[in-house]
Amino acid sequence: MSMNSQGRSTTPSEATPHSDVHTVSGSRGLQQREDLIFETGSTAKTGVDLPAPKGGMDRLGGVTRKQSVGLPGLSEPEAVRHYVRLSQKNYAIDLGLFPLGSCTMKHNPRLNEKVARMPGFADIHPMQPQATVQGALELIDQLATWLKTLTGMPAVAMSPKAGAHGEFCGMMAIRGALMARGEIETRTRVLVPASAHGTNPATAVQCGFKVDEIKADARGRVDMEDLKAKLEDSSDIAGIMLTNPNTCGLFETDIREIADLIHEAGGYFYCDGANFNAIVGRVRPGDLGVDAMHINLHKTFSTPHGGGGPGAGPTVLSEALADYAPVPFVVEEDGVFHLVEQRTDEGSDAFGRLCAFHGQMGMFTRALTYMLSHGADGLKQAAEDAVLNANYIQSRLKSVMTPAFDGYCMHEALFSDAFTAEGIETLDIAKAMIDEGYHPMTMYFPLVVHGAMLIEPTETESKAELDRFCDSMLSIAEKAKAGDESLKGAPYLAPMRRLDETQAARKPELRWSEPDKVAAE
Amino acid sequence: MRYLPLTPEDRKAMLATIGAASVDEFYADVPEAARLGGTVEGLPDHQGELAVERHMAGLAAKNRTASEGPFFVGCGAYKHHVPATVDHIIQRSEFLTTYTPYQPEIAQGTLQTLYEFQSQVASLTAMEVANASMYDGSTACAEAALMACRVTRRQKVVLSGGLHPHYAAATRTVCEAQGIEIVQLKPGVDDELALSEAVDDETACVIGQSPNVFGTVTDLTPVADAAHEKKALLVSVFTEAVALGMTMPPGEMGADIAVGEGQSIGNPLNFGGPYVGLFACSKKLMRQMPGRLCGETVDADGQRGFVLTLSTREQHIRRDKATSNICTNAGLCTLAFSAHMTLLGEKGFTHLAQLNHEAACQLADALEGVNGVEILTPRFFNEFAFRIPDNAGEVLEKLDGLGVVGGVRASRLYPGKGMDDVIIAAATECTSDADIKAYADALTKVLA
Repeated sequence: MSMNSQGRSTTPSEATPHSDVHTVSGSRGLQQREDLIFETGSTAKTGVDLPAPKGGMDRLGGVTRKQSVGLPGLSEPEAVRHYVRLSQKNYAIDLGLFPLGSCTMKHNPRLNEKVARMPGFADIHPMQPQATVQGALELIDQLATWLKTLTGMPAVAMSPKAGAHGEFCGMMAIRGALMARGEIETRTRVLVPASAHGTNPATAVQCGFKVDEIKADARGRVDMEDLKAKLEDSSDIAGIMLTNPNTCGLFETDIREIADLIHEAGGYFYCDGANFNAIVGRVRPGDLGVDAMHINLHKTFSTPHGGGGPGAGPTVLSEALADYAPVPFVVEEDGVFHLVEQRTDEGSDAFGRLCAFHGQMGMFTRALTYMLSHGADGLKQAAEDAVLNANYIQSRLKSVMTPAFDGYCMHEALFSDAFTAEGIETLDIAKAMIDEGYHPMTMYFPLVVHGAMLIEPTETESKAELDRFCDSMLSIAEKAKAGDESLKGAPYLAPMRRLDETQAARKPELRWSEPDKVAAE
Repeated sequence: MRYLPLTPEDRKAMLATIGAASVDEFYADVPEAARLGGTVEGLPDHQGELAVERHMAGLAAKNRTASEGPFFVGCGAYKHHVPATVDHIIQRSEFLTTYTPYQPEIAQGTLQTLYEFQSQVASLTAMEVANASMYDGSTACAEAALMACRVTRRQKVVLSGGLHPHYAAATRTVCEAQGIEIVQLKPGVDDELALSEAVDDETACVIGQSPNVFGTVTDLTPVADAAHEKKALLVSVFTEAVALGMTMPPGEMGADIAVGEGQSIGNPLNFGGPYVGLFACSKKLMRQMPGRLCGETVDADGQRGFVLTLSTREQHIRRDKATSNICTNAGLCTLAFSAHMTLLGEKGFTHLAQLNHEAACQLADALEGVNGVEILTPRFFNEFAFRIPDNAGEVLEKLDGLGVVGGVRASRLYPGKGMDDVIIAAATECTSDADIKAYADALTKVLA
């Protein structure tokens, strides 16, 4: 044993397994215990200093709050600690590989954050006079130009606030076009593949359509025979909602034929652009016969996911649908930018407005910054690296794991649970990944593959990182194959063990309440 | 390219492992005609940080910020001070760069803040439960209308004349697609109570707003009573969350669903987004709520923890039978809201509300002193409408020339409705005595 100058041992002695160590504080080293603000704060405490009220002014006419609000406050140091401690219970892309398939967890450049915070973007009001926000309108126009050019589409609606909101926008534009054709009463059926994101059928229904599910074939693509059968009587076809590359991580081989069949049937082609990141800069959806497609700025164009939002879902539209875009939109005339908030032109039969104001400006600034940084060449390279990384993972993992389909994948690799021993589930593999220091892949989606594991590495991972990940995955997969029961208890090393979701749903506790109040109920 | 870690040697080695000659093989399924030869035409190639920052700063410089001088624009978004701590917290990598907390064992940070957010929103609105947020106030309003139709199995929604026109429009868009009838009452500064007359046996809900788009605060209790008598719901809307520190909250007025915009707490103006939609309701309606919900539970060791719950309402499980197609919440904006609210606490929040109210009272006093100005809003919190003996658009333009951004012309929200001489102005804790004086002086000059 070596000693330092004060006689302190510098090598560890025999240790108790760390999971057996009990602490009085409830903290575990760097993992600090942190209670709810309702338990630690008080209504009498505040972390802000405000000037004294002047008093004697009241124009509320008696419409005043009667009960106290019941909001706990913390001083600034306590508040900072509260959130920093909580933050350390989160996994994040800045911490490590986050292979959540279809979610595109890529690096979020910090320049984007800096730009979004420029007062000229963050501190301007959506209703201030247009002459005072020319730079903001120009930015929206520039981003629109990038999106139209990259997709090869003539128009784009910028206001959708997320991917699902973009789907709604696109399907409402289709609805508008069908109304203009006088066919909205008859054309009510929308085809949706079984592998689609759940938002697709939900959106179709929200727009007043009926969903008709198409099968996937043995190659993970649209079953063309099934599609043709569904189009035999096409008089009620409104359109198709198809993700491409699809949720199996595959390019729809017959996409041109699908587009043609739908158009011949009198319907429109909505493309879910969630996976545009695999083809951006290499393929323009406009060349594939697409009529509408939302673009998740938080996936392809690196705006941060922020723990589940905010997103942004600008939606590009074909010539056939361009007239049915919602308000507001930006037009340029002699170098002056105008925001059109009410339509009186031909398009006034469009569907109106999706939301207050003009869309997710804070995401627009970040996305444009990212596009300018990458440029046309960098975006293409990013797509190619994303696809290369996914194929590399597929290639390395297939020695133990079962690829869902033959052949190369696009930006994500899909495996089924066929290789696991009886009793070991996809969930167990996912939880074991947590102990290895990774966020799990997307699990049990798409629904067309049993025990699906969808792995999307993105282009912002190094080869060394991918190799480390593959080594971990192979080790877990070997255990799963061997039926190692220890997987059932994972994770062991996370801030928490597996949580009881059934209990949460059976007796939902959605807000904090005073303990004595709970007891009295 | 600085965001791409692979070197040319890495790519070569990886292709060799895969057994592919080039990446083109991966794109073999792309139809021949849709393959681009090189890069997309018409776009520049990559640029360094300095060049990009210069470009963006150039665009930013063309905008007049709300902090540059006297600024009185409201109507659904409000200029408030956000403590420096809030932006620091939301820029923590662990919050900024994580995803929806689908794996609760490594997402307790996000989940606990969502649980606290839901609790704060429920307290703020005096409602029993709240969800983890919607895109913004307007889409929350639209979702509330749909929810009311599901709950009551009725197909008619009545909108007040003081509901923000953008909220009304967003609600109409969503409802009409589903064959729900929308009854829009005629615009009025102080007509929220007219909802009571409009409710009938077919009505799913009436939607009223306090403070409304003209700033008027109204006790909607009589509307709630009238609605409940017909077994309809009251949806109570607000666009200024700070108002709930002083004015009667939805829960005290008998609202069944409360929705509103949370931007005022923790979130900058951002030219309209991203914002944070607040959504709360009574406990018995909980299972019909749209959007994400976070609930309390325990882990395998019996420790308290939080998970996303009641997901059988949601699109990823229910698909075409989901309560909504929504798939995200306002994520980081909810954290900004929650962190700012934690810093404020009840004490700071009610204090902040008082400062806002006083600033608006002072502004009204000052403008009333200007010849020809008539304040139209009878009871207000931090925003009101007033009439001037001239065209509001032209006057605002002249005020702008004098360095004062004086508010929103009502005709921008209500084109062709005879409101050409009406301005809606807001004041907040950011409004100084000097700003108010500057406004009154400039308006005197313009109207002279």
